Amino acid sequence: MPIHIIDRRLNPGGKSLENRQRFLRRAKSLVQGAVKKTSQERDIKDVLEGGEVTIPLDGMHEPRFRRDGGTRDMVLPGNKKFIEGDYLQRSGQGSAKDSGPGEGDSEDAFRFVLSRDEFVDLFLDDLELPDLAKRKIAHTESEGIQRAGYTTSGSPSNISVSRTVRRAMARRIALKRPSKEEIEELESAIAACADEDERLVLLAQLEKLKAKTKRIPFIDPLDIRYRRFETVPKPVAQAVMFCLMDVSGSMSEHMKDLAKRFYMLLYVFLKRRYKHVDIVFIRHTDRAEEVDEQTFFYGPASGGTLVSSALQAMHEIVRERFSPSDWNIYAAQASDGDNSYSDGELTGMLLTDKILPVCQFFAYLEVGESGGSAFDLSDSSLWTLYERLRNSGAPLSMRKVSERSEIFPVFHDLFQRRETSQEKSAP
Amino acid sequence: MTERLFEGADWDFHTLQRITDACEEVATKDLGLDVYPNQIEVITAEQMLDAYSSVGMPLFYKHWSFGKHFAYHEASYRKGLMGLAYEIVINSSPCISYLMEENTATMQTLVIAHAAFGHNHFFKNNYLFKQWTDADGILDYLDFAKNYVMQCEDRYGRVEVERTLDAAHALMSHGIDRYPGKKKLDLRAEEKRAGRRRQHEEEVFNDLWRTVPAGKSKTRSTISIERRRKLLGLPQENLLYFLEKSAPRLAPWQRELLRIVRHIAQYFYPQSQTKVMNEGTATYVHYRIMTKLHQQGRISDGNFLEFLQSHTNVVFQPEFDDQRFSGFNPYALGFAMMQDIERIVTRPEDEDREWFPDIAGKNDVMGVLRDVWANYRDESFIAQFLSPKLMRHLRMFHLHDDPEERAGIRVDAIHDERGFRRVRRELARQHDVGYIDANIEVIDVDLSGDRRLILHHHVIKGSQLNETDAKRVLQHLADLWTYDVALIEVDANDKVLREYVVSPRPISAVA
Repeated sequence: MPIHIIDRRLNPGGKSLENRQRFLRRAKSLVQGAVKKTSQERDIKDVLEGGEVTIPLDGMHEPRFRRDGGTRDMVLPGNKKFIEGDYLQRSGQGSAKDSGPGEGDSEDAFRFVLSRDEFVDLFLDDLELPDLAKRKIAHTESEGIQRAGYTTSGSPSNISVSRTVRRAMARRIALKRPSKEEIEELESAIAACADEDERLVLLAQLEKLKAKTKRIPFIDPLDIRYRRFETVPKPVAQAVMFCLMDVSGSMSEHMKDLAKRFYMLLYVFLKRRYKHVDIVFIRHTDRAEEVDEQTFFYGPASGGTLVSSALQAMHEIVRERFSPSDWNIYAAQASDGDNSYSDGELTGMLLTDKILPVCQFFAYLEVGESGGSAFDLSDSSLWTLYERLRNSGAPLSMRKVSERSEIFPVFHDLFQRRETSQEKSAP
Repeated sequence: MTERLFEGADWDFHTLQRITDACEEVATKDLGLDVYPNQIEVITAEQMLDAYSSVGMPLFYKHWSFGKHFAYHEASYRKGLMGLAYEIVINSSPCISYLMEENTATMQTLVIAHAAFGHNHFFKNNYLFKQWTDADGILDYLDFAKNYVMQCEDRYGRVEVERTLDAAHALMSHGIDRYPGKKKLDLRAEEKRAGRRRQHEEEVFNDLWRTVPAGKSKTRSTISIERRRKLLGLPQENLLYFLEKSAPRLAPWQRELLRIVRHIAQYFYPQSQTKVMNEGTATYVHYRIMTKLHQQGRISDGNFLEFLQSHTNVVFQPEFDDQRFSGFNPYALGFAMMQDIERIVTRPEDEDREWFPDIAGKNDVMGVLRDVWANYRDESFIAQFLSPKLMRHLRMFHLHDDPEERAGIRVDAIHDERGFRRVRRELARQHDVGYIDANIEVIDVDLSGDRRLILHHHVIKGSQLNETDAKRVLQHLADLWTYDVALIEVDANDKVLREYVVSPRPISAVA
């Protein structure tokens, strides 16, 4: 009997991808909730990792007619001491419970792993980014073009003349195509020839050579080679991202969460553009200090509010560690807008003179309570100050935010700035 | 001494070929097995996970629930909670066995013997598989189903198709013919039939029919209830069949989808009834083949020990009070029974002569076993061949748990002279699908009135349907039926225990 042995290992994988996508689409709201929850617990730098999420099984349950309850009979192996007529105590879930594999009904939560792309996609979706921007954040990679050998097909503008001619020559030599000189030589020999018979022989030879020349073209389509180009990721620079936040008592958990999301988004955005992204966390009350991420978001602090202290700290860190010629500097500041009046002058000065000149982008995010309509209140002291600076031409992005979905518009400016600055740096 | 098939753990495709040839020699000459042509495919772990999520089939239509299962298996596999099967075998002709690439040479030998000969023989010879499945046509049919579903999605939209499939899946366990009598399924013909039907529709399509004024509605027929039920083929336990044929407002493609799901459910029906026998057969066959190969010197002692270790893991039966216990292990029970039959046939004791006069001492082990493999399913197999000796060996006992009983769970019978037959009957019943699945039938339709569909659930031993699930399934059923559906749970004395009534959701609300 013939036996077929087939190696399937090289078959394209991902046969279940389509089904998986359908599943994710169907469970979208559930998975999105899970992603939101997971991303809240994560550090900013980990937001790009995929990971395990847990969703309630309920929404994805596939019902069947099942029976339960009633009297049950079961035969079990391993009797040690029972005899007929004995009674066993029911001890809650008795040891003799028959735990049939009931199609995973016993689990009320469903855990599975999301890939990195799926995770970021859902994370961005949750922020209600417009599709275009999402594509930019998630997928744009600056690419350069470089030569990569030759190909047999391409556009006429890419024909490589030297390569084509070289190949043509090689072919002509290989096939012994008569050269122009040879023919000329023969022609002059014929002209000089007196003997009729020999002339006829030479003429026939000439005829043959000419026919051969015709048969073997000077340049054959086979010879043509095109220059091939391939896109390569552009050499990427490094960037540093400064997260400045007011941590005085007036900042609630919700506000901090908004700020965190904003930082995450900025990080995702930067991570796509720069190979290496450093994050510096500076928190301030009336004093500023550089802290780690945990302390930044969750560490307790109290005191008044002096924004200038944070800017001063940032300025010093930049001077010490991040030379603007080597680093792209991004800064994002989150605050509820309080600042002591006496500090306004100093803050404005620091910002315009020291900070903004070295920054690619400075965003100010004024966070408010959920549902609180930030626009009804009179502008905060910091907002008033920054608005004044912006009106006098300082490159600031600023936004008031009280819901997650409002975070994105801040980035609108960022994208626009990117495009113009790229144009500027192009030559 | 015969040459070794392989040394160490490494293998290549020539090794596989040699192994298969050697197994085949033992299988056909010594064991007298009769198998479909074999096709062996080597796959990776990821492909194995793929296969898991589409119920082991190499191709299947697309549906989110398979994605769910894939995600679930993948997560638990990655965490190391779950090992993957060494092999998957498909009841088709040629019989396809998937082998994992990670397996060692010994493991490949084991799984080839197990799947390509053990399962294969069982698929080809067992009466249930002969009766209900069409091994030649299944792969083509699945291909047809996949394309058909895809076409439907193109024509009618994914949401619509998904809704119909969701509903059909919910009813899948009740989309099976349990009793033969109809003609055997010919899946190739099925495929052609669907194509022809569509072609016919296209040929005879004439938009003018739409404009023909409807005639006066026919006078209400006054046929008797009996006649009506007869016309509709009631009572009907195959709910999907009933819907396909009689649901008033389904589109033809929806009926075809129900039919596909029904056929696939039917294809798997024998497998659920023969877990113990199927695995028992395959395990017994691989054990015989491996032992023989070792005796012939074609497998080294070291490799044979490796085999024995896997084998004993597979046939391990934890006791009921063990942490690892989760019911009877079909491999263990099946293998133990096959070996026990071998013992009865060759070395019977008085007790065996009394219990199994037909086979005790017959000496033709393979003859008896082949006959058993061909003509029984789990329930009848256990009822017939579970011997007192094996019951004693596994120390089986029967518990009766009546929630009304205050004293606790009663030990009804144990492995003694008084209990053998009762334990055996009860264990056989545990393996009877007809007894495990809820017995639900379409009883009647009020055709002249509000078209309510009436189902009965015949409650056995007070075990009623799980309420949340029942409501959801009925919702699906009502959506397909498009009128009210009532499910009445009745006990053996026709006393009504509970009544569900579900109305169909309006189409827009579902979408």
